[in-house]
Amino acid sequence: MDETIAEFIRRTILKIPMSEMMTVLEAWNFLSESQLQTLNLRQRKDSLAQSVVLLCEEKCASLSDAALLDIVCEDLDLFDIEQFKSSFKKILQRALRNVTVSFRDAEENAVWIRIAWGTQYTKPNQYKPTYVVYYSHTPYAFTSSSRLKSNIPLLGQALTVASKHHQIVKMDLRSRYLDSLKAIVFKQYNQNFEIHNPTAPLQERSVGLDINTDSRIIHENAVEKDKVQRITQETFGDYPQPRLEFAQYKFWKAAMLTTTPQTPTQSLQFHNRFLETKFKSDLNGGILADREEPLRCLIKFSSPHLLEALKSLAPAGIADAPLSPLLTCIPSRGMNYFKIRDK
Amino acid sequence: MSVLRPLDKLPGLNTATVLLVGADDALLQRLADSMLKTDCASELRVHLARSLPLPSNVNRPRVDLLVFVINLHSKYSLQSVEKSLHHVDASFFLGKACFLATGAGRENLCSVHRNTIVRLARTYRSPVLFCDLEVEGSRAAMAQRLARMLQISAGHVPGVSAMSLLSLLRSSESPSLEDL
Repeated sequence: MDETIAEFIRRTILKIPMSEMMTVLEAWNFLSESQLQTLNLRQRKDSLAQSVVLLCEEKCASLSDAALLDIVCEDLDLFDIEQFKSSFKKILQRALRNVTVSFRDAEENAVWIRIAWGTQYTKPNQYKPTYVVYYSHTPYAFTSSSRLKSNIPLLGQALTVASKHHQIVKMDLRSRYLDSLKAIVFKQYNQNFEIHNPTAPLQERSVGLDINTDSRIIHENAVEKDKVQRITQETFGDYPQPRLEFAQYKFWKAAMLTTTPQTPTQSLQFHNRFLETKFKSDLNGGILADREEPLRCLIKFSSPHLLEALKSLAPAGIADAPLSPLLTCIPSRGMNYFKIRDK
Repeated sequence: MSVLRPLDKLPGLNTATVLLVGADDALLQRLADSMLKTDCASELRVHLARSLPLPSNVNRPRVDLLVFVINLHSKYSLQSVEKSLHHVDASFFLGKACFLATGAGRENLCSVHRNTIVRLARTYRSPVLFCDLEVEGSRAAMAQRLARMLQISAGHVPGVSAMSLLSLLRSSESPSLEDL
């Protein structure tokens, strides 16, 4: 047996936790029963690894056998779903005596969790539960928005510890459509679905043109229109966009006051990369007078299908192409709630 | 060659060409379709442009009527038209140009005030027309009106010129021209 194969097997063994060792080796099905019985699981891992390597040498393990061992390890992984569930439930029950936790396993290694929150002294409120979907082979969990905000840190902690991670970070990405959130977070949105009949889309396009070719109508800016279509396609692609309802931008800007001596109004010009905003107030200033703290501005875009709406802006002649990167970066950055400080 | 001039070409026989300028392509298309459906003795041609100047390498007929279409729901639409106005020769504004504002009916969607367009039209001494291009009936009526104006601007109506039409339209507006 090769030196490199021996080393590879040794290192793979070292990666397996002791609790899973026998399961993995049995699933690998390379070493015989008798050989497995000779292994002492109480010894230190590096000595165990050495013993396994020796046994593999006896059987002349090849590279493909070693590769198979690696695959088996990945499959059994470090994640045990039942362990997660019991750990999660225990953490919540220890913190709040009254809490109802239910689980349902779904496809794609998804665990659906329902939590009804109570307190030390009150029974859980079954009418305001929080739902969490945890994808066990990914570091992502999706939670429904909870009215009972005080429980969110506890929920985060329970998820983190039960899933054996160190830290949980809240993403600035919110939507009512779980599939869209999944598409964005798992980067699955940029897939073309028109595989069945590749000629069909072309036909649709030419039919559209037929309606317009009354020869008495001439489009002067055809070149520009094509350019806008091209830029839109490069930015948004040909695929259906994930479904979001909002994009929110919070701006902080140090106030710059300009006064013109003749006119009795003070006006404040607030330029940022995004929108030109003007504030005006009368002589006494109001909220603009002698301002120390920076101005805060919140801009919210809402739509039944925000990304499709943004995609149609330039072709419809409502905005210039290319759009601001603050709008187009939403799926690629996985956020639709932004905080922007103007320096 | 970036300025559009009204009389730099010879007219075509019994042909009248209107150039619709506006950012909202779908609305222009619908207006063009409506105009071509009208019953008109002259042969109509409709050119659609998002903005001026027009591409210079194209052979196109003389423009008899210039219509600036502004969607009151879109500030971008107004800005686009304002930029395009710089590329128009002043003699167009002697009756061969007009402004068309659409969408005034739905006030909650308007981001441009109708007075802005009224003032813009007064600055250019040209008529302003209001309609709702998204409504079939309003659009058809406007299309007929524009077709008639187009015929006059192209000189197909004996006894009426573009200038005389302009003065006829103006007298119905507020008389004080200093009121800008």
